[in-house]
Amino acid sequence: MPSLFLFGASEGGLFDFDATLPLMAVQVVLLTFILNALFFKPVGRVVEEREGYITTSRAEAKQKLAEVQKLEAELKDQLKEARQAAQKVINDAEQDSDQLYREALALATAEANASREAARKEIDSQKESAMNQLKIDAEKLGDLIVERLLAAK
Amino acid sequence: MGSLPLLMPFAELEVGQHLYWQLGNLRIHGQVFMTSWIVIGALLALVVIGTKKMDRDPKGVQNLLEFLWDYIRDLARTQIGEKVYRDWMPFIGTLFLFIFVSNWGGALIPWRLIRLPSGELGAPTADINTTVALALLVSLSYFYAGLSNKGLRYFEYYVHPTPIMLPFKIVEDFTKPLSLSFRLFGNILADELVVAVLVFLVPLVLPVPVMFLGLFTSAIQALIFATLAAYYIGEAVEEHH
Repeated sequence: MPSLFLFGASEGGLFDFDATLPLMAVQVVLLTFILNALFFKPVGRVVEEREGYITTSRAEAKQKLAEVQKLEAELKDQLKEARQAAQKVINDAEQDSDQLYREALALATAEANASREAARKEIDSQKESAMNQLKIDAEKLGDLIVERLLAAK
Repeated sequence: MGSLPLLMPFAELEVGQHLYWQLGNLRIHGQVFMTSWIVIGALLALVVIGTKKMDRDPKGVQNLLEFLWDYIRDLARTQIGEKVYRDWMPFIGTLFLFIFVSNWGGALIPWRLIRLPSGELGAPTADINTTVALALLVSLSYFYAGLSNKGLRYFEYYVHPTPIMLPFKIVEDFTKPLSLSFRLFGNILADELVVAVLVFLVPLVLPVPVMFLGLFTSAIQALIFATLAAYYIGEAVEEHH
C-alpha cells in the first residue's frame, strides 16, 4: 500500500522519477523551437517594424517641425522688416510735409516782409518827394515874399 | 488511497499516484503528458490564431500576443542584457508561457470531472519530473550560454572575484536547478493540495479565496522561474573586468 509521501518507491509517490523527465524536456525544447518560429519571430518582426516606422515618422515630424519653426522665424523677420520700412516711410512723409510747410511758411513770410518793405520805401519816397516839393514851394514862396517886399520898397 | 486512515478519510484525494504508460521498457506519467499536451495545444492555438493576420495596427488577439512578447522581451532584456537577450528570448518566453498556462490551467480547468483509472489530471508543473526537466534545461542553457559566449573564459566566473568563491560557485550549480525545480513543484502541488483538501472539507465558499490566492501564486511562480532562468543566463554571459 503506497503511503502519502513515497520517496523512491518502485510504485508511485510524489518523487517518482522516470522517463517522464527526459521526454518532458524534449517536449519543452520542441515547444521552444515551435514557438520561436510561430510566435517570437513573426511578432518580433511586426513589433520591430512598427518601432522602426514610429522612429522614422518621429524623426520626419521633428524635421518638419524644425523647418516650420525656421520658416516662422523668417516670416517674423520679414514682418519686422516690413514694419520698420513702413515706419520709415511714415517718418519720411511726415518730415517731407513738415519741410514743405516750413518752406511755404518761410516763403510767405519773406514775401510779406518784402511787400511791407516795398510799401515802406514807397511811403518814404513819396514822403521825401512831398517834402522836397514842400521845400521848393516854401523857397519859392520865400523868394516871392522877398521880391514883393523888395519891390514895395 | 487509504494510507492515512487515522487522520482523515482522504478517499477522494490522490497524491503520488500516477497513470502509467508503458513505452517499450520506459514508464511515463500519462496524466502529466495529457495535461501538458492540452497546455501546448492551447498555446499553439493562441499563437496560430494571433499571428494569422498581423497588421501594423494590431487587432484582437495580436494585441495580446504583442503584449506578451513585449513583456517577455523586457524580462529577458533586463536580466540577460542588451547584447545576447535576443538569442535567449524564445527559451525564456517558452518557459514563462508553458509554466504560466500549466499553472493556471491546473487551477482553472475542472480536471476532476475527468476520471482516470489511476492518478488524476492536474497542472503538469505539479509533477516533479516536469519541474526538474525545466530546471535542468535552464542549467544546460546557462552553461551553453556562458561557454558559447566566452569560451573557456566562462570558468573565470568560478574564481570571480576571488578563488575562495570556487566551492560556493560549484555548489551553486547544483542548488540552482534544485531550488528552481522544488520551488515550482512545491508551490503548485501545495496549492492544488490545499484547494483539494478545503474543497473536500468545506465544499462551499471557503475554498474560493484560496483558489484566488492559488491563481496569484501560479502567476508569480511562472514569473519567478522565467526571471531566475534569465538571471542565470545573464550571469553566465556577463563580462567581468
